[in-house]
Order: sequence, then structure tokens, then C-alpha cells
Amino acid sequence: MALLEILQYPDKRLKQSCDEVVLFDEALRTFLADLEETMRAGPGGVGIAAPQVGRLEQIALVDVSAKKKIKHHGRIVLINPEIIEWQGSVVGREGCLSLPDFTGNVIRAETITLEAQDEFGERQRYKMEGYEARAVQHELDHLKGMLFLDRLVSRRSDLFKRKVYK
Amino acid sequence: MDKWFMAVVVGPDRPGIVAKVTSALFNGGCNLGEASMTRLGGNFTMMLMVQHDGREKGLRDLLAPVVASLALHLHIDSIKAELHHHIEPDVRITLFGEDRSGIVAHATATLAEAGLHILSLESDVAGSKNRPIYVLHIEGAALEGVPSLESALSIIASEGIETQLTPVDTVMG
Ligand SMILES: [Zn+2]
Repeated sequence: MALLEILQYPDKRLKQSCDEVVLFDEALRTFLADLEETMRAGPGGVGIAAPQVGRLEQIALVDVSAKKKIKHHGRIVLINPEIIEWQGSVVGREGCLSLPDFTGNVIRAETITLEAQDEFGERQRYKMEGYEARAVQHELDHLKGMLFLDRLVSRRSDLFKRKVYK
Repeated sequence: MDKWFMAVVVGPDRPGIVAKVTSALFNGGCNLGEASMTRLGGNFTMMLMVQHDGREKGLRDLLAPVVASLALHLHIDSIKAELHHHIEPDVRITLFGEDRSGIVAHATATLAEAGLHILSLESDVAGSKNRPIYVLHIEGAALEGVPSLESALSIIASEGIETQLTPVDTVMG
């Protein structure tokens, strides 16, 4: 296993769309192990996406199980993920391993259903909410070359909750 | 090289003030740090961290033409700058209710006693002239934990003010 270097914004690779993964081999699983080690090495990291370490493929990891009193699925591998259902919207705080010393408020869907392949190429379906759903939406944005900076809202906006999530 | 000033600019609001003030600073070779600008009761208000190698007087001279032409008030202090050391808020608190005297003093004193370190505060007087509504929005650090703030808020709520506390649980990913 090895710690990977985390790219920092404004690295251009963080703003690029990622390619689909087609080969589910041992090399992919080795990369996932490195990616996981890198995520856990950062302070408070609950998710990471492959482009953050310079690999422009649709691969992300999320594990929010260290947080108390929330629903979660433990460690989840998200390869070629797609959100198929959104519900509700809520303002919450986000920060990014690729952008030190800045956090901001972002509107996310409260509940999502998503499909993704695991490290063996098996298609999985997850329904999730709250903190875990926010972490997944943050990572999936990375795969499309989006950062939470692209979605910042002002501090006041939670007074006027928006009805539609796009 | 690391001399920082806090410039406070206040005056009648009109479009273009930020652009004119910051252009004057840029043309004078200054760097900008963090800033906050809000329109308060029709007034333009801005606080701006400015990095400037000269003296306070030099900075004042740079801004003098803009200040005069826009009828602004300018206040400058030399400061110690702490960039890249943000404190993360862990609670967001909203209070609102019929406007009455002492509402901010009372609410913030109660919350301070319960361990709230306010990192940002915004308040508005909403509603109509006859029935003004006060809205207070705070982000802060709960130095003695969230339950302590919750009990403080229940005291404030019992006095007829609507309160809402949302823990800020930052997703780092
Ligand atoms: Zn991120």
C-alpha cells in the first residue's frame, strides 16, 4: 500500500470529467487500497475520488462510519456511479481534501438512491440520507470535474430553503 | 513585507463602490485579504484586509480620491493578520421574532454564557414598519458543547423568540 499525493486546486485535473472504468482487475483493487489509505490519512476525511489523486476515472470511496449517531453503509466503493433518484434539499457544510482551510455551505439532496459497481464489477444499489448522502454527492461531483466551490451558497440561504434540487 | 491593515469603509450605498475602492488599492500596489461587505439599512459597509508596505498615512492617501468622490468614511487600523487559520463553526443558530429592544444583547449574552464563540453574525429587520420582525443568524463554535447551547436556546424560546439550532457537521472529502 502507498499514500498517494492529493492534488490541490487549482490543478486543472480537478476540473475534468472522468472516464468510465471497464477493467475490474487486481490493479484496480490495489489502487482502491491506496486510495483508501490516502483518504484515512487526511484529517477527518470521509470520502475521496480518484481524480483527487490524478487518476481521471469514475472511482470514489466513502466511509462515514466514524461519525456517531447517523445511518450509513460502512465503507462503500463507488465505480461508474449514477444517482437515479433525489429527494429533498438541505444546506450543509463541506470542505475538500483538495482545498485546505476553506469550508462553505452547499445545498444537496437529502435522500438519494444510487447505483454503482463495486471493486469486482458487481452492480450495487444504495439508498442513503443525510451526512452519507452529502458525502457521496460531494465525491460524485469530483468525477464530473465539479468542486463544492461550484455550488457555494451564502450563509443566509438556509433561512429560505429551496424546493428544487438540480 | 507582511504589514496588514484593516480598512473600514462606510457611506451612502450606490452601485460600484467595491470596484472603485479595490481598484484604487490595486493600482497603489496593495494586496487584499479577506473582506466582508454588507448593505445595512441602506448604507454601504465594508471591512477589508489590506496588505500595504507603507505606512497608514500612505494607504489613506491612496484611498483619498475615492473616499472624497463617494462621500465615504474611512477608518484604518494596523492589524495582525491570521490567514489560513480559520476556526470551523460547529453550530448554526437562527433566532427570529417580533422586534423589541434588547433582543440581541439578551440572546447573545445567554449564548455566550453557554459557551458560544460567535464567528459570524448577520441580522435583519424584516416585516413591515408597523410590525418589524428581527432575524438573527449566527455561525459559531460551541466551546462547551451543543447541549449547553440547546438549553440556553430553550430559555430564549420561553421568552417568545423562535429559535433554531442546526449542528454544522462538515463533510470533508
Ligand atoms: Zn472534495
